[in-house]
Amino acid sequence: MVVHPSITFLREERLPHILCEGCGIGTIVNALLEAISELEVDREKLVFVSGIGCSSRVPGYLKFDSLHTTHGRALAFATGLKLANPELEVIVITGDGDMASIGGNHFLHAARRNIDILTICVNNHTYGMTGGQASPTTPRKWKSTTTPYGAIEPPMDISKVAEAAGANYVARWSTASPLQIKEAINKAFQKEGFRLVEVLSHCPTAFGRRNKLRTAIDMLKWYKDHTISIEKAEKLGEKGEDLSAFVVVGELVDRNEPGLCRLYGLTEKKEEEEKKIEKRMKKRDGIKIDKEKILRLLEKLSSPRVRALMEEGEIEKAENLLKGEDEK
Amino acid sequence: MKGKLFLQGNIACAEGAIAAGMRFFAGYPITPSTEVAEWLAKRLPKLNCIYQQMEDEIASISAIIGARWAGTKSMTATSGPGFSLMMENLGYAAMTETPIVVVNVQRSGPSTGQPTLTASGDILQAMHGSHGDYEVILLSPNSVQEMFDLTVEAFNLSERYRVPVLLMSDEVVGHMRENVYLPEKVESYDAPLSEKGIDYFKADPETLVPEMQVFGKGYNVHVTGLTHDERGYPNTNEQDVHSKLVRRLCKKIIDNAEEIVNYELSYGEDADAIVIVYGAVSRSAMETVLKLRKKGRKVGLLRLITLNPLPEKLIRKLTRHAIPIVIEMNLGQIKKEIERISKRKIYFYGKIGGELPSPEEIEEFMMRVMKW
Repeated sequence: MVVHPSITFLREERLPHILCEGCGIGTIVNALLEAISELEVDREKLVFVSGIGCSSRVPGYLKFDSLHTTHGRALAFATGLKLANPELEVIVITGDGDMASIGGNHFLHAARRNIDILTICVNNHTYGMTGGQASPTTPRKWKSTTTPYGAIEPPMDISKVAEAAGANYVARWSTASPLQIKEAINKAFQKEGFRLVEVLSHCPTAFGRRNKLRTAIDMLKWYKDHTISIEKAEKLGEKGEDLSAFVVVGELVDRNEPGLCRLYGLTEKKEEEEKKIEKRMKKRDGIKIDKEKILRLLEKLSSPRVRALMEEGEIEKAENLLKGEDEK
Repeated sequence: MKGKLFLQGNIACAEGAIAAGMRFFAGYPITPSTEVAEWLAKRLPKLNCIYQQMEDEIASISAIIGARWAGTKSMTATSGPGFSLMMENLGYAAMTETPIVVVNVQRSGPSTGQPTLTASGDILQAMHGSHGDYEVILLSPNSVQEMFDLTVEAFNLSERYRVPVLLMSDEVVGHMRENVYLPEKVESYDAPLSEKGIDYFKADPETLVPEMQVFGKGYNVHVTGLTHDERGYPNTNEQDVHSKLVRRLCKKIIDNAEEIVNYELSYGEDADAIVIVYGAVSRSAMETVLKLRKKGRKVGLLRLITLNPLPEKLIRKLTRHAIPIVIEMNLGQIKKEIERISKRKIYFYGKIGGELPSPEEIEEFMMRVMKW
């Protein structure tokens, strides 16, 4: 039997999912899970947080710890989660309505404080879950159930806002380039600070069909024709060409500012603690220092009992205690 | 900090949280609760803990719920307008059974009202402010000492019943300075953690409370504000799943009320009139009661410490013979509850405008209604 390689990352018992036929979220989840399998991350420490909307349903299908929160607030919940336990790798999955509209304030401040969160924003230009109303990213003149004569407001450029607010890494791609999405997630994951991967995602059911793009293929074709890479855009821009009909995609920001956890000293504190314990253990006579073992134990430093034993140099006891806990 | 000290109420509250094991505070400045945040901003970094100022109160309550699922006891403090903003996620915490503590140092509302003056007008909002049916625990301190003690109690109750606990203080108690005694160690309770692979939201049939779980242990916990089954997975179509869940969320507080409820009863036995009060007002009322007792008037005082749930049996028993008199700094919020419980006419004195009712005012009111 052919099995999908990503199935081990899914809560199989929850399938089938509630998303529509031809939804772009499938492409994005596929890219995300491929990136995760390439990264060889510690699955126990990977946490997904989401708000409300189609994209926010994704963590409910992923076999990781997941917090499905209230509309717009995913980044605020994730901020608390990350600061309270910096060992967790936090990925927020959100959408244009969730993050740019109702959660706009949290978005600005998460980027400003450069909190160590990787955010994947599924930008489908509409409120899909409620049936296709205009969102802050609905392009002008495009129709939705609440803009039946075409949207009149100018849309928000989510990536540009993230850049201005101080995000460490910003990349934008459309679902027409899944490989690039995967690569962007892969790179973003390895950085610290606030990282945003914005994905223009096709939604033929709630959005495309009101705008003469009835199928997923129609929408993907539209993305191909209307996106332009940042490199090309820069070149053409120099020549003074009008690029207003295009969305610029690619790696838009790649900075190396310190993330909030580092600013808090949480990263250094852990390193310091490691050194302190090593020093204390060296002081004791007759104890051979098995570096690997120590490092393994240090990972579990959050347990006060293990910490106490470690500080006294009782490595064997500490290890036995951990074994016992694991068996439990 | 420990031993005999002279502290402000808000600071005592902050110290109570530290003593109870809080390691994460998120907040947003708002009068008259700001000192809680200011004090913790100073104290927490020294203890290797996190103080995080958020962009608004919605973010504050979100962050502390997130922090609790990371395995850290957490708290936020606010006042009226900020409390209103927190309502949606208060419901989320109740639905997801996240143990958190929210301190509300009350000021006069509605809206911006009187930011620097006292009131207790947020009681019904605290009970019913988020949409849907749910129960949370409300505590009401009346002294600086209780700002410390009840903050500890709030954490313990929230952990025991996996429920948000609201410390409903007010500007007078929050800003007052008094002698307090901070013990070296307090009794603190941590919600027990469940085992891997079980239904993480399956409640104990006796207590109706499920064991807690935290992220980062490979248990693949799923937490959602949607109606969920015992595994934590959304199930929004079946009537039974919703009914069972929401009824349990309410019952776990109502059925355990006797263990949760805390009050102080003075001169209850022979009272012709029983004064029912809570928070700062109880200080004035106690003085009045002592004075009237000296004059030979048979008056008792019931000080409510838990405002939800209420000591319903006791209230019924007391009000069977004694005339119920309720004094509040609002237009009759707990009065409505006492009316419902006692089914008697309540003599009510409500003072709003930002000033604590004085003992003389209360005495005059009582002399009038009791025709003494």
